Amino acid sequence: MTKINTKRHLLACQWVMAVAALAFVIGVSPLRAELKVDITSGKIEPFPIALPDFFGTGGQAQTLGRDIAAVVSADLERSGLFRLIDRRAFIQARSSLRIRPKFPSWRQINAQALVVGSTEIRANGQLRVEFRLWDVFAGQQLVGLRTDTEPRNWRRVAHIIADAIYKRITGEQGYFDTRVVYVAESGPAEKRVKRLAIMDQDGANHRYLTSGGELVLTPRFSPTAQEITYLEYRGGQPRVYIFNIDTGQREALGDFPGMTFAPRFSPSGKRVIMSMAQDGNSDIFVMDLPTRRVSRLTSHPSIDTSPSFSPDGRRVVFNSDRGGRQQIYVMDSDGGNPKRISFGNGRYATPVWSPRGDLIAFTKITQGEFYIGVMRPDGSGERLLAKGFLVEGPTWSPNGRVLMFFRQPRAGAGGGQPKLYSVDLTGFNEREIKTPTAGSDPAWSPPKR
Amino acid sequence: MHWKILVTVIAGLALGACETTSDNAGSAQGSGSAAGSGSSSGSSASSSPQVSSLAPGGVPAGSQEDLVTNIGDRVFFGLDSVSLSAEARATLEKQAEWLRRNQGVTITIAGHADERGTREYNLALGDRRATAVRDYLVALGLDQNRVKTVSFGKERPVDARSAEDAWQKNRRSVTTVN
Repeated sequence: MTKINTKRHLLACQWVMAVAALAFVIGVSPLRAELKVDITSGKIEPFPIALPDFFGTGGQAQTLGRDIAAVVSADLERSGLFRLIDRRAFIQARSSLRIRPKFPSWRQINAQALVVGSTEIRANGQLRVEFRLWDVFAGQQLVGLRTDTEPRNWRRVAHIIADAIYKRITGEQGYFDTRVVYVAESGPAEKRVKRLAIMDQDGANHRYLTSGGELVLTPRFSPTAQEITYLEYRGGQPRVYIFNIDTGQREALGDFPGMTFAPRFSPSGKRVIMSMAQDGNSDIFVMDLPTRRVSRLTSHPSIDTSPSFSPDGRRVVFNSDRGGRQQIYVMDSDGGNPKRISFGNGRYATPVWSPRGDLIAFTKITQGEFYIGVMRPDGSGERLLAKGFLVEGPTWSPNGRVLMFFRQPRAGAGGGQPKLYSVDLTGFNEREIKTPTAGSDPAWSPPKR
Repeated sequence: MHWKILVTVIAGLALGACETTSDNAGSAQGSGSAAGSGSSSGSSASSSPQVSSLAPGGVPAGSQEDLVTNIGDRVFFGLDSVSLSAEARATLEKQAEWLRRNQGVTITIAGHADERGTREYNLALGDRRATAVRDYLVALGLDQNRVKTVSFGKERPVDARSAEDAWQKNRRSVTTVN
């Protein structure tokens, strides 16, 4: 499962075992058709769910029970697919919930599902969390999970619970136990200070990774989410670097005469694809990380940039103005068979292949407006999902259902302050992602492997 | 005259330049006012102040101020364009002549774009613009080894407003004395 770091790995392993144990003891009910939300079909009626505070005995357990319920609720609500039922409407007392829900009293307030959880601080200081997701109308349990972990991991526990609920109800992987790296911006636009920053997808555990002394741009996660590749102007020279999140070490990728930029990891994590500018011409290259060997993929007297691998690693989508205007092209991962796929009005840029492989997200500029959109890898089915004076830089949620991007409003003196946003693939449920300062260039952590 | 101030400025510049360009002060043929002649001539003793010529306007010859004040440090580009206008070429011809006069000077050309493009494309565009300027200067006789290029894309506007006149100012290349 996850390889984010050792701590995360351990936690995940405990979960796997707990799930197996609970599945054996409690059993998991078969899915009922009416409890499935189809999230591919555009605007949907949010799914009504009741989520009382988790039941905890003792001060710390009680506080954690309340905090975990709040984080799970916020995750589900932000997805736009769930409606949290007002707790003042609850009829059954929380204390009696632990025995067994009185389903009629939850049906009465139109809850379709009910989440019942408990928290306990064990004699060894570990936090034990259990939760069950109930189908209120069938009176059946849909999911049951237990975990033991350090109390300080409570937020991750909450996100994992939210992921389990999301998965059971929608049939898709959850994306709540994920992180976002982005560029935090401060100061006047003429000498904007930019720092790499990382946070949980809900904005918690925010921390800066760089000091702001050097200009940094376009961070992207490795497949293990332990490293970030990005552009830094160290010593005044723009170059691609790899940053290790746990150690804080950074390393330049090669020493080339020209600027290297627009980096992304390959799906295997063994290669970084990027642009290199030589004598005014930007082409696409790929570096094999173990050997540091560099291969050229494009050789064209035009700007070729913003490359992104398909999830199977066999193709690359990129941006080129070889046809006279910026368009999106797909080629084989060795540079063969480049084919233009975008043909609409305007300029197309920053293509990013979905982790599911089915779509390519892009930035489009037409008639003075910027758009975030998606199209199929053959260029068909273009849909525009978000719009603005300047929107740019889409990044996929690991389940390929949500896009994050940044938007910068038209500016007076002092410059525009960009902010991060997310939007569903359906084009609905656009939300601002709150950050301590202005933010741009978001990158969502990749699917867990 | 603000003699004291001038001397202080010159001494400061000379000290700053000491480690890299000791030939700078000697070769500068300032057609200029004041200074230059008197006091202790620039020797190897690092403690004694070096003296530079002054270009018109009372700035040290071969300095960034000289370039900005007397020549023009930047040229502008059309929307999504890298071609050099007649005005841009005229400025660069003056820069080339100035660089011939100030042989010790090495420069960096920074290419910039306006905010109406995507970040990565604009980095490439800035690189193209800086290279177009470099190539023109080299064609006019500048030694390749005296010039470096860098692109800032849309990261360093001079005018941060979202307006056509601001974008025109931001689509530029700027020559900086190293």
